[in-house]
Amino acid sequence: MNAIELTNVSKIYRRYGGRQFATLKSALLQRSILRDLRASETFPALTDVSFSVPKGSTYGVIGRNGSGKSTALKLVAGITKPTTGQVRVTGRISALIELGAGFHPEISGRENVFINGIMLGLTKREIEERFDEIVDFAELTEFIDAPVKTYSSGMYMRLGFAVAIHVNPDVLLVDEVLAVGDEGFTHKCLDKFAEFRRRGKTILLVTHSLSMVERFCDEALWLDGGRAQGHGDPRRVVDAYLSAVEKSEDVLLATTTAKAVAAVSVAPVENPPPAPAAPETAQPEGELRDMFKAVEGRWGSREIEIAEVVLLDRDQQPSFVFHSGDPMSIRLRVVAHTAATDFVFGVSLFNIDGVCCYGTNTFIEQMDPERLEGEVAVTFAIESLDLVEGTYKLDVAVHTCDGYPYDYHRLLYTFRVKSRTPDAGIYRPRHHWTFSGPVTFRAADAAKKETKEQD
Amino acid sequence: MFANLAQLIRYRGLIQSLVARELKARYRGSVLGFLWSFINPLLLLSIYSFVFAVILPDTHSAAVEPYALFMFCGILPWTWFTSALSESAGSLISGGNLIKKVLFPAEILPLVNVLANMFHFFLGLPILAVFLIYYQRWPDPWDIVWFPLTILVQLIFTSALALGFSALTVHFRDLRDVLSNVLTLWFFSTPIIYWIKEAPGLGKQVLDLNPMTHIIVSYQEILFFRGPIGHWRWLLATGVFSIALFLACYWLFDRLRDSFAEAV
Repeated sequence: MNAIELTNVSKIYRRYGGRQFATLKSALLQRSILRDLRASETFPALTDVSFSVPKGSTYGVIGRNGSGKSTALKLVAGITKPTTGQVRVTGRISALIELGAGFHPEISGRENVFINGIMLGLTKREIEERFDEIVDFAELTEFIDAPVKTYSSGMYMRLGFAVAIHVNPDVLLVDEVLAVGDEGFTHKCLDKFAEFRRRGKTILLVTHSLSMVERFCDEALWLDGGRAQGHGDPRRVVDAYLSAVEKSEDVLLATTTAKAVAAVSVAPVENPPPAPAAPETAQPEGELRDMFKAVEGRWGSREIEIAEVVLLDRDQQPSFVFHSGDPMSIRLRVVAHTAATDFVFGVSLFNIDGVCCYGTNTFIEQMDPERLEGEVAVTFAIESLDLVEGTYKLDVAVHTCDGYPYDYHRLLYTFRVKSRTPDAGIYRPRHHWTFSGPVTFRAADAAKKETKEQD
Repeated sequence: MFANLAQLIRYRGLIQSLVARELKARYRGSVLGFLWSFINPLLLLSIYSFVFAVILPDTHSAAVEPYALFMFCGILPWTWFTSALSESAGSLISGGNLIKKVLFPAEILPLVNVLANMFHFFLGLPILAVFLIYYQRWPDPWDIVWFPLTILVQLIFTSALALGFSALTVHFRDLRDVLSNVLTLWFFSTPIIYWIKEAPGLGKQVLDLNPMTHIIVSYQEILFFRGPIGHWRWLLATGVFSIALFLACYWLFDRLRDSFAEAV
């Protein structure tokens, strides 16, 4: 039995282009009132989304900003109607979409609890019964008779949350509202959710907190651009979502890098090479370039030229996003326009603050140059990229043993390291913890299982 | 549409508490509080009395003496009408948060404004009663029966316009400014500070087209003029018209309902 069912739901928002300055008079004069009430432009917020939430389960909706999550929630709440498709909800709904919507600032918290409760569908008697519980939950016993306008925003939110959660709905809709209080209050809210789950209530949760989806939800839906990109097991959906986020970061970094390279490669130094470096030079220069302008650069005689730099992931595929601990290879395509006997290849990694994380070259590593001519590929392979999460930049260079630069690329290449552990610093040494004596930790999976058993 | 209308009955508890909130919140923080509901009409009355009894004493016929009482019979219901309309026109916009974030029948918002102002009207009635006793005007007992009916007609008429204006104001914000000027014009096109019998021939016909004329004249006939109410046919006609107008405005409101959450 499903508590919530959306079948092929689309929601098209209308944009009233130019309507802002239209007046009733002009509408009447031009007899365009009905036409004006129709949209001139439309925006599909949701396109053909179907999902169903079984009764008693917790369902998470994730997706980046503007992906249609809140629209989906409003449709389920019945606040807006779908343009096409069907929304079916069984049972009493309470929506934690905007807390304390409808509180009147001039009247007391007590009176507002009653009015808000009635708005959310409680009867006066039900509120009377729950009143003390609500006030206790909101931790506002002292201030309940003060006008709501004197409340801090935290107090306001807590009261709104307390009322909404005591409506005792069959279906609870939650939109990103858990950031309402201090740590203690958040815990209390989570406990309340757990209690809801135990009592077999259905929860639809819209959030950016992926860990919460993994911890709480039985199923998850990933929306992107108003379309369902996947649903099912929360862990799998979250992973898919994360890798898509990486992919789009990857694209962004690729263009950033291309721009950076293009920017410094247009002005040829003496002895101009026939082919400039970056393949994507057609990218228009934008603000992203300015971000790196101060430090980046390329110089050198280019008798030996680094024609291309590619970062390769574990599968030897070009990438700009890596996971901490993954292998990474830096592959240079080097073109020697004249045969050389004095050459050094160098690589260094910088973090976004400009701190050099690691730097080396073939000279330091006592590789004695003998001969270089034509086009060669140079690969610098890192077996395990033990860096913490962050954005890093790359220097690559080819120069003579005493430092005369053939081609020096300074901070032109950007890549990102992802990690699911939010540890601090720059370098993550390979490590493990051991404990002696009675110290135990609960595994993440076990913790989840436990809350489910309480259901 | 009729299902939605029926649904309003389910929400009567909410309407009730919102009206109570509106009344409480209005005077919260003021020293005189609820007394303002009495003071406001009194002040308004004294201003008009001053103008028409002291500055322009000979502008009305002897039939409408005491003139202050005559005006009061019209000003009191007119205040209800005019404040209800001007408040409800913006009600959907100011209550936008509710419409966007809470599942909530939007028509409650303008209706609450109408009802809250009706309550203020009721609070003004004791003052009117005091005046009636002071001037020893005893309304006909049979006339008193018509009094609630007149209020009902005015309630339906005002609600109809409140629904229509509030719905259209969401899309055309300038209606609020238009409305305030229309209401001023409307005030002078309604026989409140003059007697309808004094209107010249053509003026009388124009006045007859104004539903508020018949409502106000009914109040005057019931409360001010002696003898049986002579205006009841007009009142009933206005009542029928008001019901039709209410249905039309409700239909319009219902049509535009889905656009509120997006447009406010």
